[in-house]
Amino acid sequence: MKLNQLKATELKELLKKKEVSSLEIVSSVFKEIKCKDKDMNSFITLIEEDAKKSAEKIDQKIARGEKLGSLAGIPVAIKDNICVKGNFCTCGSKILEIFVSPYDATVVEWLKKEDAVIIGKTNMDEFAMGSSNENSYFGPAKNPYDLKRIPGGSSGGSSACVASDMTILALGSDTGGSVRQPASLCGVVGLKPTYGLVSRYGLVAFASSLDQIGCLTKDVKDCAMLLSVIAGYDRRDSTSINFEKKDYTKFLEDGLKDINIGIPEEYFEKGLDKEVREAVLNGVKMLEKQGLKTFEVSMPHTDRAIATYYVLCTAEVSSNLARYDGAKYGFRPEGESDLASMYERTRSEGFGDEVKRRIILGTYVLSAGYYEAYYAKAQKVRTFIKEDFDQAFKKVDLLITPTSSTTAFKLKEKIDDPLTMYLSDIYTTSANLAGIPAISVPCGKDSKGLPIGLQIMGPPLSEELILRIGYFLERSLSSRSSIPKGA
Amino acid sequence: MEYEAIIGLEVHAQLLTESKIFCGCSTKYGSPPNSQTCPVCLGMPGVLPVLNKKAVEYTIKMVLAVEGRVKEKSVFARKNYFYPDLPKGYQISQYDQPLACGGFIEIDLPDGRKKKIKITRIHLEEDAGKSMHIENEDTKTLMDMNRCGIPLIEIVSQPDLSSPEEAYLYLGKLKQILMYLRICAGNMEEGNLRCDANVSVRPKGEKGFGTSTEVKNMNSFKGVEKALEYEIQKQIRILESGGKIEHETLLWDEKKEKVFSMRAKEESHDYRYFPEPDLVRLVINQGWIEKIRKTMPELPDQRENRFIKEYNLPEYDAGVLTSSKDLADWYEEGLKYYPNPKILSNWVMGEVLRELKERRVEIRDLRMKPKDLAELLKLIDDKTISGKIAKDVFKEMAETGLLMHTQKKAEEIVKKKGLVQVTDKAQIEIVVGKVLSENQGSVKEYLAGKKKLFGFFVGEVMKKAKGKANPKMVNEILKEKLKIGDA
Ligand SMILES: [Zn+2]
Repeated sequence: MKLNQLKATELKELLKKKEVSSLEIVSSVFKEIKCKDKDMNSFITLIEEDAKKSAEKIDQKIARGEKLGSLAGIPVAIKDNICVKGNFCTCGSKILEIFVSPYDATVVEWLKKEDAVIIGKTNMDEFAMGSSNENSYFGPAKNPYDLKRIPGGSSGGSSACVASDMTILALGSDTGGSVRQPASLCGVVGLKPTYGLVSRYGLVAFASSLDQIGCLTKDVKDCAMLLSVIAGYDRRDSTSINFEKKDYTKFLEDGLKDINIGIPEEYFEKGLDKEVREAVLNGVKMLEKQGLKTFEVSMPHTDRAIATYYVLCTAEVSSNLARYDGAKYGFRPEGESDLASMYERTRSEGFGDEVKRRIILGTYVLSAGYYEAYYAKAQKVRTFIKEDFDQAFKKVDLLITPTSSTTAFKLKEKIDDPLTMYLSDIYTTSANLAGIPAISVPCGKDSKGLPIGLQIMGPPLSEELILRIGYFLERSLSSRSSIPKGA
Repeated sequence: MEYEAIIGLEVHAQLLTESKIFCGCSTKYGSPPNSQTCPVCLGMPGVLPVLNKKAVEYTIKMVLAVEGRVKEKSVFARKNYFYPDLPKGYQISQYDQPLACGGFIEIDLPDGRKKKIKITRIHLEEDAGKSMHIENEDTKTLMDMNRCGIPLIEIVSQPDLSSPEEAYLYLGKLKQILMYLRICAGNMEEGNLRCDANVSVRPKGEKGFGTSTEVKNMNSFKGVEKALEYEIQKQIRILESGGKIEHETLLWDEKKEKVFSMRAKEESHDYRYFPEPDLVRLVINQGWIEKIRKTMPELPDQRENRFIKEYNLPEYDAGVLTSSKDLADWYEEGLKYYPNPKILSNWVMGEVLRELKERRVEIRDLRMKPKDLAELLKLIDDKTISGKIAKDVFKEMAETGLLMHTQKKAEEIVKKKGLVQVTDKAQIEIVVGKVLSENQGSVKEYLAGKKKLFGFFVGEVMKKAKGKANPKMVNEILKEKLKIGDA
């Protein structure tokens, strides 16, 4: 087996035993990228030279017997809306095509501190707006299971490069499902942590009250390992939770006794693909076999989540994206002398259609005379959705649902129908609105051989628990070719 | 018909915190353009604001000084508009939930009455950058972001002011309080204190409000008075000629002494305010407020009253001496060495203030210390020099102190210049004798009843003595000698 096909935990062992070098691992990853990424389009920027240099430094550290960080020598791909100092941060947009970030995001700083090797910036829907990666200015990333299909979005580049062994670990960002949905469609693990658990400093804002950086990994243990590095209080983010740092890998093998699972009926209604439904319920059965009790629960405001989400996120978008005006950095068209036309042309030519659609929607919902009817009302509904979860978590410890209603669809299939596209997030947006953690783990494939994801949601700061359940399911279901092991 | 004006002021005061409101950059005035910036205040993609606690503390001080109400919970909001001096495309301000409301500022009217001007609200926000238009180089505009992110408090008064003079007095009082609190440099010309006004007029005695206009860009205290006077007269002229006042925003042109229309209210901005999602709600508990209350300095009104009571000063003196904290501190320091409040007051209000005015400097720039003045006054009391000579010595002390940065003590000057008063009776008698024998004609006239000539003799004696003769003794000796002649 090639090094790039291994998991972080396995590579860590090999490095420890000095059976491989970090440079060998990093080189294997770049070899794979060179071989595949012309077709896959997972990466927007490669950071090969720096990556190899840091790998060499880590190898020297190993040789000298120095203390190593917890992710020493492990390649990590970073979604291109997370800042890495001295590198492009395009957000998949023409408007930031030439923008180089002058600073490291907190998560990047912490990854570097743990000796992880940053290998590149991954493809994404423009400013993380989209569910198919087709909104990228740099062309869509492809699904490794079928290059004619989408990898999901918006963290499609990250999920695809993990699934196709072009990296070991990846970071994405999840505002309405942008880590979990592509993880599901590419057959990898995707975690969106509790809002505030991971610092947003250096994550280019899409919808600040919903955005959260998440992990895309080959298995749950890697996910726990990566989360242990990126989670933690950061005073540069005022919404960061002051919460002790912990090692999430420690709890994976704790027992499953006395855990009650809720199955929200609203997540299994019409619109859900039959094969997806069966695969998810099969996963639930596995847990029942272990003695876990399942309960039907009701989340009455589920059908309002998408509308609420699109009012709130577009409002924040209209404000968060105002800074891209051509005045300071990024794209500015030539030849404009007056301010108004500079703004107009910069933003007309620099942003893609979906981004413009959301800016216009958001500007509308915040405007005088409409604020109460849209933004204020959506905030109220958001609290109802939160209450649905509060109620459910009084009865059960966690909820299991599908991550996506279908498996990966074809490129261009939905691109001209934004409303249908928006429904891709129907099972995932609620966790963002409620600020709770949720993970997507692979739970089999459909008849076309496309991966299916199962979503586990828990109350705030229940990452330990949902990771533990995910870990068990993963071993029982062995849905990824490289996953079967033990169980 | 007689009209009365209704004026409300919105004052912006830059707070004297060391660092900016949402980042660690310095707030020092007059540094090279853009030398005090960072990714946060430049609005780079991915950055987040962190609130400066000191800025909140300073705001609370102001609220306590005007006896306003600090709200336990307040919310920062985004004010969205496009301008190149606003790098994020929105200003972080406060909207429907400001930090404080209520309170008042009392002004002293010229007729001796006092008037309370009510405060509507006080809130905290960030300053914008500064555009610099370069005229010669075909309309280039350059940006300086040093000012961007300096904390500002906005103090909104109720429309309680009924003349430009009252507005002037209110602004002066506001500045006085800000400077007593040491939270603002209070300089309108440097822009760290700014003022906008809402102005309307109505026939005297009427209750309703007329249509108001907003006057901006008044860059000095005098400018505020002039601009308001201009606008009020303009409105009265319009009404008198049967016209209607239009809602509009006007800019004061200090050179032309006219207002110009900036934009009509109809086309006014819709700022699309909404709660800032990157900051949590600001919670100020009572304990914090009480802690700040303990650090509050004596305020101008309190100090003025104390001066009247404790030092038995006339109200006028107390008012002048407490007009600035520095001056009052200087005066009280002087009292330690020269405990005669009224005489010291006369000198401070007379010589010291005249000196400051002539040199256009502040009291803190005066190299002469209160102790030095006290020593000078003691020389008068022990008859070493006359009051008249003391004034010359004062000038010299102030001058050498200011120009040569070496403070000459009064005694030194007196000795060096041989200014020590002649108090030797025999010596004075010789001079008097000389004067009388040189002016025998006048002596005859005096003895014949022309008593007015007494002053002439005194003058001649002093001239001969180069001003050093003790005036009281000159008088006595002259009277004695002329009486002898009489006999
Ligand atoms: Zn800064």
